[in-house]
Amino acid sequence: MSIIAFTLIVLFGAFIAGLLGSLTGLGGGVIIIPMLTLIFHIDLRYAIGASLISVIATSSGAAAAYVKEGISNIRIGMFLEIATTIGAVLGAIVAVYTSSHIIAIIFGLILLLSAALSFKKKDQMILTPAGASKMANFFKLNGSYPNEKGKEIPYGVTKVIGGLSMMMVAALISGLLGIGSGALKVVAMDNFMKLPFKVSTTTSNFMIGVTAAASAGIYLERGYIDPGLAMPVVLGVLAGAFVGSKILVNSGTKVLRIIFTSVIIFLAFQMIYNGLTGNI
Amino acid sequence: MSANSKITDKNLEVMMGNLLRYGVLLSGIIVLIGGIIYLIKYGNNSPNYTQFVGEPSSLTNVKSILIGVSGFHSRSIIQFGLLVLIATPVARIFLSIIGFILEKDYLYIFITLIVLSVVMFSLFSGSAG
Repeated sequence: MSIIAFTLIVLFGAFIAGLLGSLTGLGGGVIIIPMLTLIFHIDLRYAIGASLISVIATSSGAAAAYVKEGISNIRIGMFLEIATTIGAVLGAIVAVYTSSHIIAIIFGLILLLSAALSFKKKDQMILTPAGASKMANFFKLNGSYPNEKGKEIPYGVTKVIGGLSMMMVAALISGLLGIGSGALKVVAMDNFMKLPFKVSTTTSNFMIGVTAAASAGIYLERGYIDPGLAMPVVLGVLAGAFVGSKILVNSGTKVLRIIFTSVIIFLAFQMIYNGLTGNI
Repeated sequence: MSANSKITDKNLEVMMGNLLRYGVLLSGIIVLIGGIIYLIKYGNNSPNYTQFVGEPSSLTNVKSILIGVSGFHSRSIIQFGLLVLIATPVARIFLSIIGFILEKDYLYIFITLIVLSVVMFSLFSGSAG
């Protein structure tokens, strides 16, 4: 295969990954890495490098829209970024010293976990600012967000230490595997800190760019980021995510979500199998 | 006071949104230009990614990449576009510091500086790892 043909096929695959990732909210990275390694037999390290870069592109693009709408809480984002940037750097350093087989197996397990989490029923109890913990008050993490009718709903935040620790774990995995691990970040913010779902999703997106940039520096130095591969991956994922954001979200996404999740479960087992047999 | 800080908050959010959007757009354009030159020059070669050999040192640090761009090397131009992409969320941190300085929020100036130094460590420490 020539580089031109290879580039066009990867571009197309990345476009589909970006589109599905955007429509389902699960992100493109989870499908890009299995695609590159299982179908194109690209070394996992190159795949992780390219995927991580595409994560920065899509999250920054999406965050641009949310920040303007005033849904992301900039202070919560910045506060949690202390944990996520440190976790991301550690993850990237650990990745350098871990064999690809093991990373492939961990990748598969995290895919399964993300798929399971996406089916979890979301029932939410929003705390009032009066119910916020002392630490949340000290770090000014409480805020408000506009609901569907444009009314500002105030909320309080709790379990700051638990949320911070969980964020560091999520970022460590993100740095290790080259994915956004948005699903885990949302768990940290929803289940621990009791952030409204709308705020946690957008704030997570807002943080992913900085978190991925923190591990990208290490990956760049280590030679994981190849321009010839990253080029079609970034452009494809970006175009796919852009088109995805323009498609109106309706009830059809539920079916799409189930299909996408099934694909992820299939890919997860493929990654684990290939890791165990030493093919990756 | 609170009305004023609300206004700067809103302005800052709009600025951040624009920064992120134009950063990604600029990066995409640079990567596309580098990519087209790369395909014209090397399009008929065979891709080789099955074995990890790592990138040459000319593509792994900021200074060498800039030298490559001035020499009009296609792979360096793509890599430069990727650097712009990595720098975009980092620039957003700088913007946050300015915002917190305007609001005289010393706690968050401090928090933002911690985040910035961790990211800078990753980007500029050759000895990391």
